[in-house]
Amino acid sequence: MIGADLAILTPEIVLSLFAMAGLMAAVYTSKDGLAPALTWGTALLFVIMAFYIGITGEGSRTAFDGMFVEDSFSRFAKVTILLSAAAILAISQDYMSKAGLLRFEFPMLIVLAVVGMMLMVSAGDMLALYMGLELQSLALYVVASLRRDSVRSTEAGLKYFVLGALSSGLLLYGVSLTYGYTGTTQFAGIIAASGGEMSLGLLFGLVFILAGMAFKVSAAPFHMWTPDVYEGSPTPVTALFATAPKVAAMALFARVVHDAFGGVVGDWQQVVAFLSVISMFLGAIAAIGQTDIKRLMAYSSISHMGFALMGLAAGTAVGVEAMLIYMAIYVAMNIGTFAFILTMERDGRHVTDISSLGAFASKEPGKAMAILVLMFSLAGVPPLLGFFGKYAVLTAAVDAEMIWLAVAGVIASVIGAFYYIRIVYLMYFGEERKGLDGRMGLATYVGLIAMALVIGLGWVPGINLFGIEGPAEIAAAMLTR
Amino acid sequence: MEQILLFAPLVGALICGFSWRLIGQQAACVVATLFLALSCLLSWIIFLTFDPDAHANGYYTESVMTWIQSGTLFTDWAIRIDRLTAIMLIVITTVSALVHLYSFGYMAHDENFKEGESYRPRFFAYLSFFTFAMLMLVTADNLLQLFFGWEGVGVASYLLIGFYYRKPSAGAAAMKAFIVNRVGDFGFLLGIFAIFWMTDSIQFDVILPMGAELAEMSITFLGMELDAANTIAFLLFIGAMGKSAQLLLHTWLPDAMEGPTPVSALIHAATMVTAGVFLVCRMSPIIEYAPVAGNFIVIVGAVTAFFAATVGLVQNDIKRVIAYSTCSQLGYMFVAAGVGVYSVAMFHLLTHAFFKAMLFLGAGSVIHAMHHEQDMRNYGGLRKKIPYTFWAMMLGTLAITGVGIPLLYLGFPVGFAGFVSKDAVIESAFAFGPGLGEFAFWMLVISALFTSFYSWRLMFLTFYGEARGNKHTHDHAHESPKTMLVPLGVLAVGAVFAGMVWYGPFFGHTDSVARFFGVPYAEEGHGEEHADEGHGEEAMAEVAGAAEEAVAGTGAADEAETGAAEEAATEMAAADEGTGAEEEHAEAAAGEEAHAMDEAGDHGEAHYVFTGAPGEGAIHHAPDNHVLNDAHSVPVWVKLAPFFAMLIGFATAYLFYIANPSIPGRLAAQQRPLYNFLLNKWYFDEIYDFLFVRPARRLGRFLWKGGDGAVIDGGINGLAMGIVPFFTRNLNRLQSGYIFHYAFAMVLGIVILITWMTLSAG
Amino acid sequence: MSVADFTFYLFALSLITGGLFTVVSKNPVHSVLWLILSFLSAAGLFVLLGAEFVAMLLVIVYVGAVAVLFLFVVMMLDVDFAELKAEMAKYVPLGGLIGVVLIMQLTLAYGVWDTAEGVELSTVPVGTPEGAGAHNTEALGLVLYDQYFLLFQVAGLILLVAMVGAIVLTLRHRVDVKRQNPVAQMMRDPAKAMELKDVKPGQGL
Repeated sequence: MIGADLAILTPEIVLSLFAMAGLMAAVYTSKDGLAPALTWGTALLFVIMAFYIGITGEGSRTAFDGMFVEDSFSRFAKVTILLSAAAILAISQDYMSKAGLLRFEFPMLIVLAVVGMMLMVSAGDMLALYMGLELQSLALYVVASLRRDSVRSTEAGLKYFVLGALSSGLLLYGVSLTYGYTGTTQFAGIIAASGGEMSLGLLFGLVFILAGMAFKVSAAPFHMWTPDVYEGSPTPVTALFATAPKVAAMALFARVVHDAFGGVVGDWQQVVAFLSVISMFLGAIAAIGQTDIKRLMAYSSISHMGFALMGLAAGTAVGVEAMLIYMAIYVAMNIGTFAFILTMERDGRHVTDISSLGAFASKEPGKAMAILVLMFSLAGVPPLLGFFGKYAVLTAAVDAEMIWLAVAGVIASVIGAFYYIRIVYLMYFGEERKGLDGRMGLATYVGLIAMALVIGLGWVPGINLFGIEGPAEIAAAMLTR
Repeated sequence: MEQILLFAPLVGALICGFSWRLIGQQAACVVATLFLALSCLLSWIIFLTFDPDAHANGYYTESVMTWIQSGTLFTDWAIRIDRLTAIMLIVITTVSALVHLYSFGYMAHDENFKEGESYRPRFFAYLSFFTFAMLMLVTADNLLQLFFGWEGVGVASYLLIGFYYRKPSAGAAAMKAFIVNRVGDFGFLLGIFAIFWMTDSIQFDVILPMGAELAEMSITFLGMELDAANTIAFLLFIGAMGKSAQLLLHTWLPDAMEGPTPVSALIHAATMVTAGVFLVCRMSPIIEYAPVAGNFIVIVGAVTAFFAATVGLVQNDIKRVIAYSTCSQLGYMFVAAGVGVYSVAMFHLLTHAFFKAMLFLGAGSVIHAMHHEQDMRNYGGLRKKIPYTFWAMMLGTLAITGVGIPLLYLGFPVGFAGFVSKDAVIESAFAFGPGLGEFAFWMLVISALFTSFYSWRLMFLTFYGEARGNKHTHDHAHESPKTMLVPLGVLAVGAVFAGMVWYGPFFGHTDSVARFFGVPYAEEGHGEEHADEGHGEEAMAEVAGAAEEAVAGTGAADEAETGAAEEAATEMAAADEGTGAEEEHAEAAAGEEAHAMDEAGDHGEAHYVFTGAPGEGAIHHAPDNHVLNDAHSVPVWVKLAPFFAMLIGFATAYLFYIANPSIPGRLAAQQRPLYNFLLNKWYFDEIYDFLFVRPARRLGRFLWKGGDGAVIDGGINGLAMGIVPFFTRNLNRLQSGYIFHYAFAMVLGIVILITWMTLSAG
Repeated sequence: MSVADFTFYLFALSLITGGLFTVVSKNPVHSVLWLILSFLSAAGLFVLLGAEFVAMLLVIVYVGAVAVLFLFVVMMLDVDFAELKAEMAKYVPLGGLIGVVLIMQLTLAYGVWDTAEGVELSTVPVGTPEGAGAHNTEALGLVLYDQYFLLFQVAGLILLVAMVGAIVLTLRHRVDVKRQNPVAQMMRDPAKAMELKDVKPGQGL
């Protein structure tokens, strides 16, 4: 029995073993000298695993008494997570070695974090959920303060750790309440026990669980850590925070509300809609005052999470599908944007202030055009992909008769467009001052241009969002069946 | 060929407008002109070779591409060639090509532009673009394409009126033309919508055959039951009124004279302003079944003709006189269209295009000679200085005033183009019947008198008498270059002969008109039967048979070019229809012998009637429409009336401006209120200014300052610059960096959520 | 009230009191001591539930190791708790209000304790192999290595991450520090380490 169960977990096991083997190999050989090879090897392994999961995965299987679920939904999330993590590793290698941060533990910690994420999205049990969450979080706490000589980096790690602990506490409290009221931690048991009239205690449990997960997706008002951590962490780590863990947390969110509380949609719908609205507006409004592009991206991701939650708030299969599409597009946009942020340098030093982009277009028209595409897409300007993501979630909200939510989303997106377009404005019409002079490595260049092309051309008839709609639809159907 | 014809001007415009820096100014202008000349050549080939009998229903279409396909709305971009289109084609391309040529001379130097400033390629490009749009309009095979051309000429007109963009008055005039046309276009658009609503199509080959059915449908609007055909015809005519400067929507046309003179000749005399007439003729199958709208058209046309003629009497600007004259002549055309003789409307359109373009170009030549002086009071005695221009203007004046030999009929009336076509209009109006017909008749005759007066006044003031005004200017007055005189010569040919040459096809006997426009026709007896049978498909075959019979019967008579053939036909017809001829003979016994023969001949032929169902042929006549026939049998005094009106007008002008030049001043002083009334164009501008412009401005200012500025801008700015930054500041202050603040926010969040849940669940 | 009930309430009360004073006491060392009291009370509650192994684990690991570590940390770190407290004091009213609201609502929820149908509040812990008659340790082992194998392994991974993280963030290879190399020391060959030189007087080497 255990053999069959383990077979289902093959990708996770392979990755865990790889992490341990990598650690051992590096410790006993040239230590950090092996780091570049490990980084690329990890990225490669991620891609291989993504293909393995994408191609061999079929149907819906569970392992360990339903604790671990392997279905089309988890596969969609895992492929997205793996590919985005691989991309982040690929574009960060250059930066990390320049900054002297490329230690062999870095890729290995990311592998373990990714294993945690994969467990999260496959969780079929509150305990498995928590374990995956903690595995992921702990690895991320560490990489957040990887630049251990920098006060900001350590502060970021510490803040993330303490607040993360608080959120874990909230989550666990919710789990224990749920356990108390339903007598089980398994999603299947909870959905069976929570159908129909919901007791107040179970409702509280649900709210606490949602709050704990909202922290992980950095949805307002549980977002407070995000700007500080984004700003303080080394930029590649920030890039990672903005992509893979968000996908994992969002997928987990969807799994919990649908798999465990799918019978009481009306109850969590309000909470999710609340989180969504607050996040969209807070992200849009607070970002306006930012001068640091990493902080700006933090608020941007808060706002985007609000939009993704809007899809979830619809509480329908269409909504989940919209959320998945939104997340995939969001990840692509962020990889491209961070590929650029990683290469923002002046006099050999990494800079992140937005004003340094002044008149960038006159120096680097090609890159500026790519950023323009990405920024317009983040703002949701048609016909770029970002628009289709927003369109999908708005449609889902409207279909679910949450017109007010859709209207709020449109307003927030208008406010949010301001700061994206400001970046474009600065690049094209801004004052020329001592601007960026860094050169782009191949990986970052490819990352930026490829993502800009993906975003810019995905709408073309015949490409049709690169066919992600199909898998997303199947995944959503699986989750909300 | 049709496509080359259509797109050559566009290509010319693009090359000229966009690549003159590469090929040079002169070359660019030459290119545009050559493309138009090509277009012109092709037009004449099409016009001369077009044979309506060779095509079903007298037209053929050539598809360029699929344009719009949306629901039941399906529109091809297609070229429809029928007789109406062919006529318009030669009018447009001929005048346009000549105006292009003329512009080489006229636009060579312009004081409105600085030294070295390039304006000629722009001018030529606009002209070519205008021509393209106008061709789009007339070759349209659906209403949308027509509307595209309609708006395209509007744009070109706007650009060309405002060509001297440094002159505020030119800018204002351009805007005025554009805005006034919007009113008409609104009606036109509503008309298109109504047609689409009723027939579910905007294709001519679908909607035109439905004319009779439309008359039985009704539109329910705001609880009112409106007759579909009348409503649609009325709305379409509103559009035509705007474009053709009919009364109430005419105010833009005189102001449009701010544009360069070649533009006035091309757009505001010969082509664009006649688009309204073309539209009415094109929609004749619907207009025919809309008697109320038809009457409205007659009234508007007649009143416009009269109004514009009265205003023309006292204007001093040479171009404005001609502009009001244009307005007046357009009224003539609408009267013809309104009474149901579309061929006559087209006839007058055609002849008018020649002589009016020539008058404008002649006026341009005078202005050119006088260094852009336009006030006729400062002219005088120019006959010797610019002889060619004088003779051209003279021919034009003879044509517009309608000089000819009345009652002489050599198979066609003998006279200048205006004589033939204007008399045709006036006779048709009379033939429309007592009441409205007579009203229109008298209005037109009086207008003819006024036309004669102001035209001769123009001639006398300009070319006769003492030189007035700036002496220096007079001393330096010079004849225009060849490029300007050649077009005058060509147009002069048209102004003299167009009426006589095309009398038969446009205003001849029913069968010749029918053949020319590709409309089925039959002998009277047969025709009645067919008319009873209605518009069925099988009727067509019989009609065709009848037509052949008829053709065989009359032989080549209706070719009408050779007097002998005509005479033979006349005799034959007279023999055939003894009694009918006899009656007429008796009536006309007092008249000249030859004339009596003509009359008899006319009535001998009159036993043909139009039989086509709506949509067959370029124009349509309802079965009960006999105006064309009746127009040939009006009393002699009716035929003579316009001639005498012309004579009186001439005599008065001679008296006022040659014999005793002090009369006008005294008369004006004596009749001060009337004079001012006319000089101020019946105070239309002032009334509009009071009624529409100023309230609109006030409303606009209110919406701008109050609505847009205070509420919307204020709101948006307040939101964007006040409220949002306020929240931004506060949110950023909350982001203090203290971990316990963050934790506190989380706890607060969960308390809010829990409280909310408790309340909503409880 | 039976002895078991009495003991339960006793431990429960001391647990809550311990928790409360851990938070509010002024002296951080006292806080840790209060914390130890709550650990012990919790251990007592576990004993009452029949979970002796977990109870002992709590005493040994938490009281014996973790709490003592806390004491060291608190004593070694020079944190001015008085100042922090003063800062905190500003938030006491608002924080207290929120706490009261939260407690009231939770009370509301627990006041209508209502478990879903079919859920038995059984005295047998969920997942314990029934009828095995095994003692705590054995039962735990069975569950851990069978049903909860996955979670157990993931917990292992988490510990691995924690270990790696601690090393990554704190381990520094200082170059200016002399280190012992035991292998080198053991492998020393006296013959190579020493060389006898015959130095002539008045010349030096």
